[in-house]
Amino acid sequence: MAASWEIVVGLEVHVELATDTKLFSAAPSRFGDEPNTNVTPVCLGLPGSLPVLNRRAVELAMAVGLALNCEIRPSVFHRKNYFYPDMPKDYQVSQYDQPICSDGWLDVPGGSRIGIERAHLEEDAGKTTHLGGADGRIHGAVGALVDYNRAGTPLLEIVSRPDIDSAAEASAYVEELRAILLALGASDARLEEGSMRVDANISVRPAGSGELRTRCEVKNLNSLRSLRNAIDYEARRHIDLYAAGDVPVQETRHWSEDGRTHSLRSKEEADDYRYFPEPDLVPLAPDDEWIAQVRAAMPELPASQRARLHECGAEAEDAQVIVGRGLAPVVLGAVDAGADAKRTVTHAVQNLALDGAELLDADRLASLVNLETSGQLTATQAKTVLVEMCARSVAALHAAPAEADFPSDSASAAARALDPAAIAAELGFEAMADHELEALVDQAIADSPEAWEKFCAGEAKVAGVFVGAVMKATRGQADGQAVTQLLAQRRDA
Amino acid sequence: MSTALAIAADIRSGARRAADVLDDFLGRIETHDGDVHAFNTVTAEQARAAAAAIDALVDEGRDPGPLAGVPVAFKDNLCTRGVATTCSSRMLEGWQPPYDATVVQAMTAAGAVMIGKTNLDEFAMGSSTEHSAFGPTRNPYDLGRVPGGSSGGSAAAVAAGFAPLALGSDTGGSIRQPASLCGIVGIKPTYGRVSRYGLVAFASSFDQIGPFATDVADAALALGVISGHDPADSTSIPAAVPDFAAALGRGVDGLRVGVVSEMTGSGRNRAANGGSPPGDAAGDVLDGIDADVTERVLEAADALADAGATVGRVSVPAVTYGLTAYYLIAPAEASSNLARYDGTRYGLRVDGADVEEMNRLTRRAGFGDEVKARIMLGTFALSAGYYDAYYGKAQRVRMLTRRDFDAAYADFDVLLSPTSPCVAFRFGERADPMTMYRCDTCTIPSNLSGDPAMSVPFGTGADDLPVGVQVMAPALGEETMLTVAAALERAAPPLPGPPLAGVAGSTGART
Repeated sequence: MAASWEIVVGLEVHVELATDTKLFSAAPSRFGDEPNTNVTPVCLGLPGSLPVLNRRAVELAMAVGLALNCEIRPSVFHRKNYFYPDMPKDYQVSQYDQPICSDGWLDVPGGSRIGIERAHLEEDAGKTTHLGGADGRIHGAVGALVDYNRAGTPLLEIVSRPDIDSAAEASAYVEELRAILLALGASDARLEEGSMRVDANISVRPAGSGELRTRCEVKNLNSLRSLRNAIDYEARRHIDLYAAGDVPVQETRHWSEDGRTHSLRSKEEADDYRYFPEPDLVPLAPDDEWIAQVRAAMPELPASQRARLHECGAEAEDAQVIVGRGLAPVVLGAVDAGADAKRTVTHAVQNLALDGAELLDADRLASLVNLETSGQLTATQAKTVLVEMCARSVAALHAAPAEADFPSDSASAAARALDPAAIAAELGFEAMADHELEALVDQAIADSPEAWEKFCAGEAKVAGVFVGAVMKATRGQADGQAVTQLLAQRRDA
Repeated sequence: MSTALAIAADIRSGARRAADVLDDFLGRIETHDGDVHAFNTVTAEQARAAAAAIDALVDEGRDPGPLAGVPVAFKDNLCTRGVATTCSSRMLEGWQPPYDATVVQAMTAAGAVMIGKTNLDEFAMGSSTEHSAFGPTRNPYDLGRVPGGSSGGSAAAVAAGFAPLALGSDTGGSIRQPASLCGIVGIKPTYGRVSRYGLVAFASSFDQIGPFATDVADAALALGVISGHDPADSTSIPAAVPDFAAALGRGVDGLRVGVVSEMTGSGRNRAANGGSPPGDAAGDVLDGIDADVTERVLEAADALADAGATVGRVSVPAVTYGLTAYYLIAPAEASSNLARYDGTRYGLRVDGADVEEMNRLTRRAGFGDEVKARIMLGTFALSAGYYDAYYGKAQRVRMLTRRDFDAAYADFDVLLSPTSPCVAFRFGERADPMTMYRCDTCTIPSNLSGDPAMSVPFGTGADDLPVGVQVMAPALGEETMLTVAAALERAAPPLPGPPLAGVAGSTGART
């Protein structure tokens, strides 16, 4: 029986768009500030205030839509009416039956194509903290504080069709969507921090039946792991209900870290949001020229990046890691600039899980790889320089506004500070001449004659004794691979 | 009583001091507003400071602007920074906005001096000012009668000589109808001509701010000051602002004036009988339009014909559905616009055991009955299962209204009708909601179409009370509308003027 069920999942993904200001006001769209400081009369829903649509938010929404192969259509904002203290106007402005993006798809790496029903713009609500209850939750609370800094933040809700058939595929879909959002600069898309929120509509059906049965919407999925576990749990729950001759109830459920979903609310009546067209805004109808401008400004998308990385010799998994870290443009740029593809990919995968890696300049990364492949730096030295380059890039980013007064001086100083050859010189890294290394290897052999005998007898792992000795002598600057080669030469001589 | 134009000219030339002008008006308010109750708040102290600043500019040889030192009253649903903006509701009693409405900024920048905030039907819902939580405003012509509404305070203030200019808002006739009942000029501009930013919303797709004045020239002056594109209002029209004053003297020779059949019953005017009325489909006629009012409108048409206009009758059939459509769409928008008054952030809060109860108790205590009735009506009209039958159908009537007006404007430059179906009525006389709603039967169609319309005094009706004639024009056709209004003003019989001591007659009395 159990083997004959299949899982049916559709995902609703909310992402905060990376705009400087809010969807309908000039207040900064920024987090971590003092509560209720990033607000205007519009954000607070003060009487007489009116919304003005943020052009950048529309462009980001269009870019995401185009990346998801959607049609960009004339759209209308509606009001979704319901009372809630963190909704300043007691209605949410959201696109309803005429979303800006509709009917697209996303190809999940590894094969399947997931349909995209729509992607629409809407405003976020404020944030309520309940006082007195345990952990700021509503139960047992004696009061509430509302922070409207988040109120009016632009959200794009991306709704997939129920084409996803496993927890793994759902996870892969979200990862790929996240990579696309990062590539476009449309959102920082952090699940854990809530700038990307995933709700899963889950149901099951007899395998091959093609029917759509009662679904449950599961919320509070703030990691890919939660998403996968919640899908597996919820599907199991449905299967068990059907097996017991029962049926699931269509409802919203809450995923909790005890590994289960819980019924969130049991309203006797369905919500009636009384949608109607928002009279304070005019219809949004991007013309072909605007759409073409947005399309032309779009960077390369992850699927294409992976394909090109693959051409550079990257394994599928490595390509995924590079794209996931947002490093594809740097890596591909360095390769285009003449860097050795294999070494560049290796650095990106092994040495660049770092802040600032995405700030690296492709030409400088290429220079670094060239220093290494030409033998001027060892692999170890190259890694040290790379780490320093990232650290300095981050520092330069933070210092940038202060340097704005002296553009030419600071620009050349900054360029020097980030140049790999200059950094290597500062760190005292100079390529070791072959004869110097040979002398050190011979010294190491002379120091450990017993180990040398064992090595010559075929105990390869004893090589570590000599490599270690050489590293110690050079304070880690020697090229381990070169040492190993020299040892083999001496043995075979 | 001087006009705004005369006052500004005197102050700019140094002939009069803004402080003295202000004192005159404050004195009149002091003497008579206890009877009239036009104001919710008189901002005497701020006004004195503003007037002194104007005088200082003049002393420095600088020009304070076209409204230099002109006292102006703002309807109490226009946001004024640091000055209570109540909408005549308990819900917002004492609330001080942290910002000025765009029109308030514009008036102040032009040199106007805010003298106070005027009474209205609560949240602008009404046609008599009887629905103010702070008590009704009385008509300066007869203190036993209403001034109209919802901008009754602004209309009464100008009629009583408390200020030469006032601003109001018009959602279904709330500028034009009180202007008519108080014997003054009131303009509802094209939707989008004037920014709504800072106007506390009643029904967003209808609301439009406009001026009250004692004559057409003053009204045109104020209209010019408040018109223009505002990036803070997405529905504001990016159109250049014409020189409205230049339109006043153009004359109506050759203009085509259509008298709307549905709004003038079976009455026939001399000029119209002579022409061949295009599109007169002899359709339904709106109920309840008094004969004395219709007579003045037909006389006004004749006066325009005498001045050289071509006058004919025209049918605009959809106007007979206007009231019904309006009373579905406007409450629907209001039900959403007024949701924010929930006790959470500002205004009245009545505590409850939980948030929902706090919301409920606050709204129960804060809103008057008329506001509650409209919120319920609108909530119902938008409800699942009823949307298409009510809100959806009303929107189709709205499109039909635009189409019928467009057809009429293919043959006519302006249209003529009564503004109000009756002269000022007594308190309590129209207590039945449907009777009250019919006050706006002639004004609502222009809100549905978004086109400009204004009321100009033209003689008196029953009990020697003023009658207003409505001049309607196609979108952005304010210039032609003003040309016709100025011609009507020149031809109008003199008005007796309100009996309040010292108030000279407005409009016709000076001619």
